[in-house]
Amino acid sequence: MILSVSGVSKTFGRTPVLDDISLEVPQGSRTAIVGASGSGKSTLLRLIAGFERPDTGRILLGDRALAAPGSSVPAHRRGIGYVAQDGALFPHLTVADNIAFGLPRGRSRAGRVREVMQLAALDPALADRLPHQLSGGQQQRVALARALAPRPGVILLDEPFSALDTGLREQTRRAVIDALERTGTTAVLVTHDQEEALSFGDAIGVMVDGRLAQAGDPAAVFDAPSSAQIAAFLGPALLLPARAHDGVAECALGAVAVRHDLSDGATSVVAMVRPAQVRVDVEAADPSAIVHAVRSIGAMAEVSLLAGGSDPVVVDLAVPLHGLGALRPGSRVALRIEGGAVLYPAEGLQAGDLAPHAVKAG
Amino acid sequence: MLIPVGYVVATAVGLGWNELAPLVFRPRVGELLTNTVLLLVIGVPATIALGVGGAWLVERTDLPARRFFSVLLVAPLAIPAFVSSYGWASAIPSINGLWGGVLVSTLAYFPLVYLPALATIRGLDPALEESARSLGLGPWAVFARVILPQLRLAILGGGLIVAMHLLAEYGAFAFIRFDTFTTAIVVAYQSTFAGPSAASLGVVLAALCLVLLVVEAGARGRARYARVGAGSPHPPVLARLGRARPVAVAALVALGIASTVVPLTNVVRWLGAADASALTELPAAITQTVLLASGGALGAILVALPVAWLAARHPGRVSRALEAPYYLASSLPAIIVALALVTVTLQFVPAIYQTVVTVMAAYVVIFLPRALVPLRAGIAQVPESLEEAARSLGSSPLITRLRVTAPLIMPAMAAGAALVALGAANELTATLLLAPTGTRTLATQFWSAASAIDYPGAAPSAVLLVLLSIPAVALMFSHARGGRIR
Repeated sequence: MILSVSGVSKTFGRTPVLDDISLEVPQGSRTAIVGASGSGKSTLLRLIAGFERPDTGRILLGDRALAAPGSSVPAHRRGIGYVAQDGALFPHLTVADNIAFGLPRGRSRAGRVREVMQLAALDPALADRLPHQLSGGQQQRVALARALAPRPGVILLDEPFSALDTGLREQTRRAVIDALERTGTTAVLVTHDQEEALSFGDAIGVMVDGRLAQAGDPAAVFDAPSSAQIAAFLGPALLLPARAHDGVAECALGAVAVRHDLSDGATSVVAMVRPAQVRVDVEAADPSAIVHAVRSIGAMAEVSLLAGGSDPVVVDLAVPLHGLGALRPGSRVALRIEGGAVLYPAEGLQAGDLAPHAVKAG
Repeated sequence: MLIPVGYVVATAVGLGWNELAPLVFRPRVGELLTNTVLLLVIGVPATIALGVGGAWLVERTDLPARRFFSVLLVAPLAIPAFVSSYGWASAIPSINGLWGGVLVSTLAYFPLVYLPALATIRGLDPALEESARSLGLGPWAVFARVILPQLRLAILGGGLIVAMHLLAEYGAFAFIRFDTFTTAIVVAYQSTFAGPSAASLGVVLAALCLVLLVVEAGARGRARYARVGAGSPHPPVLARLGRARPVAVAALVALGIASTVVPLTNVVRWLGAADASALTELPAAITQTVLLASGGALGAILVALPVAWLAARHPGRVSRALEAPYYLASSLPAIIVALALVTVTLQFVPAIYQTVVTVMAAYVVIFLPRALVPLRAGIAQVPESLEEAARSLGSSPLITRLRVTAPLIMPAMAAGAALVALGAANELTATLLLAPTGTRTLATQFWSAASAIDYPGAAPSAVLLVLLSIPAVALMFSHARGGRIR
């Protein structure tokens, strides 16, 4: 069954929250929706779950209309699972009773509870505990087990890892993806964490100001973000004013090959390069940058460079400590860009979006 | 709910200015007004000083036996003011007039300021005080410049409640022959029934009440105080009292003796003198009290639930507009509520005049906030995400409320019901006026014996009233200390 959202808009009072969203989630796939807070991503999830009604547009599960103009299936008849940000475990019920909440009364109940607990990597000894006796990660896995128990057609996850500590977050995320994979459950995850979204599954959708700005395969979206803002949102990016000609972009880092040209023929463009694409060449004969500062951060060092001649820009790179070699403030180095740049029109970009100029720092 | 408010307005309009003016502008009313206003002007600041000072001493200083004193200061709440007054009057029969009234009511009501002040001080981030200390302020300066300003809401709220109690109190003042509007209305009612004299006094009393509400709302303004920033607060560093320590201990001991020990020892002394005949009527009084009080509690919960739900879940102009008259009606002294119900039942539904139904209705009106406040907090504490989770698991909205919301707000409902029931069990004025002839609650039983100077006969009911009040006081105390009911 395909979950399909088409032309959905939603306004709260006079504030438009969602604007003409269309999205298809194939059976058994995992889709992550990523966006800054206030971009409307949670509202989209709540519309699919049935907690809110769309103003316009339709939501279909297979050929069943969940929401259409003038009709809406109430949340409890949709058969869509939901995992809230804080887990929303019922505080007065044990773990087992929480998980059994959505199961019909009958003999197979206890068996199903054991089954999904195992699926969510939960110790069976936790069954009789109350929610407040669990760690945050365990609570989220119970919430997942509870949502999976009635075998929903789709499961929705609303920032389920954001309240967890960094270490626990990674571990819980793996357990959740693993459980979803093994049950082949269609899942939609909403998050503000780009890495989480990029690693979640088969598709990613980027929401900006209530619109689905870009959607598709995570690697493809990361490779060619459709705008400079999306590029910067998805990960660290150097946005450098550039001049493009003959498949090459001239910028503060020198002449860089163009990977994708999304500038639409604009005269003034910016070149987007990921810091991870930049290699530092210490022994180059033609140094183009000067090391400004070196700060060690555990196994890595953050190297701040001034690149470009008359109008230098600051380039911050993370370099493994062992690769640091003779780099110290004042070292002259050359920078090589691997993999090329993506070009965008410069219009609409604010000065703050661009890599900082080093007017005084030099 | 609006019957009492409507009654006041209808009386004022119905009598008309020409008839009302001579009733209001007469020397007797001026005398009562002087008494009542003086009582407020002296009594309210006195309770604030005792309540705030006590809360600060037990919470933020190196006072010895702080836990003991923190309980001692709340204990007077368990002694109904009219019982406390009876204790004092039987100890010192010459006690009377304004200063008697101020003494008895201040000692009975200062915990109403102490509790919110205690709750606020406990909720204050000690980091604020530490920052002030590090900026060079001494302990007294910290109290005056950091703690006191944060207590504004607690002081205003507590002070308002004390003022309302002072306006509404009948028994305590009647004992020591101190005349206020409320005692005068009861006397007028008993001699002329709900005649224009009682009614016009009621209008003035209600107007006083309204003035207080407006003054409090104005003084409170839009003030909101909150702890800024996250992180768990750590235990506060206690201010050193130094040489003031013995003085503070002596003051608190004296306060405890005056507010708790004197009334209680006298009650116990009279209990020893009580003969068996005083006990024969007790079982019937207990049964009637329990029935009336639990009926009132049930009614109050049923009325409060939808209002609390709206206020917690759909806060906005509509819910505020709905809530306001409830609070207004409940702020009116019980005597006005009683007068209103007498008038309205006689005029429109004589069938329920002087029946259990009317008494329970009065309890609902008078004690509704006691149910409303915990219920609203209880409902607000149930995250909507829990209900959504239940719906996504296939529970219909009704089933969700039964399986998820109801069990979670049960403690709040129980707390609210208990507070209403205990208030109703102690209620005197409305019960005297409204109850069917022959009804004997513990409070009216106590009253009829005590006002006939049968002190031993009143003692058993007094002891029971105190015992009955202890759970409610314990509940309020643990709330103020931030303890959870669950």
